[in-house]
Amino acid sequence: MSTPAAVPARRDRALNDALFRYLLRLADTSLVLGQRLGEWIGHAPALEEDLGLANLALDLIGQARLLLTYAAEIEGQGRDEDALAYLRDAPEFLNLTLAEQPNGDFAHTIVRQWLIDAWQLELYEGLAGSADTRLAAIAAKALKETRYHYRFSSGWLVRLGDGTAESRARAQQAVDSLWRFTEELFTADEIDQRMAAAGIAPPLGAAAERFGARVAEDLTQATLTRPPQQPHPWHGKRGVHTEHLGHLLAEMQHLQRTYPGVRW
Amino acid sequence: MSAAELSVAEREVWRLLATVPDPEIPVLSIVDLGIVRYVRSAGDGRLHVGITPTYSGCPATAAIRSATRAALDDAGHRDALLEEVLSPPWTSDWVTPAGRAKLEAFGIAPPAAAAAGPASQPVRCPRCGSLSTERISEFGSTPCKAHYVCSACREPFDHFKCI
Repeated sequence: MSTPAAVPARRDRALNDALFRYLLRLADTSLVLGQRLGEWIGHAPALEEDLGLANLALDLIGQARLLLTYAAEIEGQGRDEDALAYLRDAPEFLNLTLAEQPNGDFAHTIVRQWLIDAWQLELYEGLAGSADTRLAAIAAKALKETRYHYRFSSGWLVRLGDGTAESRARAQQAVDSLWRFTEELFTADEIDQRMAAAGIAPPLGAAAERFGARVAEDLTQATLTRPPQQPHPWHGKRGVHTEHLGHLLAEMQHLQRTYPGVRW
Repeated sequence: MSAAELSVAEREVWRLLATVPDPEIPVLSIVDLGIVRYVRSAGDGRLHVGITPTYSGCPATAAIRSATRAALDDAGHRDALLEEVLSPPWTSDWVTPAGRAKLEAFGIAPPAAAAAGPASQPVRCPRCGSLSTERISEFGSTPCKAHYVCSACREPFDHFKCI
């Protein structure tokens, strides 16, 4: 790789550590969501949707690989993308709590996907202008893919919401059940603030506003109701997870845990 | 090595890379696909070959890297450096005119201009040429293809995604 890493990150140890954790948040959200989507393969309601979800999973895991590789370099402890993906325990994963929620029915999967796509759209748009050129390059690439993802998930949200009585009820139920995890997306903590101050990440406030407007418009089009915003007890991006992540990791990491260092 | 000799070497490597097929769509070379970003010498006197991935998760990326490495080695360019270029991100606009013609002849509708956005222009059926076609899904058998069907000849076909 000839891409230069961010210069400030190399100078300041605290900033470097914050960048490492920030990269893990982005990477783990994509990795965990990609793994979840993979569970649909062979089970989706139609062949086209099976392929669609698998394609989304592939993009997300690809993005996670680029981000984990960079995170490992920033950490500088000799770990690589595989060590970070397969040999960390749940409390070391920093994904958004929303990403690890189980697939549920198709409506549930679509609503989870739509919320994360809408969020990543705003986030990657901001990150494409990051002062960290390596992260900016990864984000610019991911942004193009995320636009496809969002068209898929928002299109399905409208079809389900504005569909039959059954599909509408299931979509609304999914929105009601998953909405409580959205507050975490735009609640900035010291890592988010540090990244924003260094010009590495966009300030969460502006991104949150655009996210809010976008999802409100989609919900209207889908004839669905937006639940009230509530204070959240979820801290996936700080390593505190719902019970679901452990089960997901048990499956994802099984091979490396059972046969350490095994290769193709 | 003089500048003239180097440009000969560079041209030779471009010709060589034009023989490395894309593993998913073998009628296309990696040059047709527009993923070879540069072949150039640096101050170190070595050839630097820059390759950009198409999609972040495209499983063909690793296969392309090793096939390119093997082609360079076999042609005696063992000291050439293969570099991954992430920025600017690959766009289907970089598929060459020759590549587009090969895609269409192979039965895959070539991409339209990415800036125009997907589905902004009608996609022509690569079999009968009709513009009366319908998108089945934005996702197909590989990350780079969408699934279409022709309303005139009723044949399903792949459309190379515009990204």
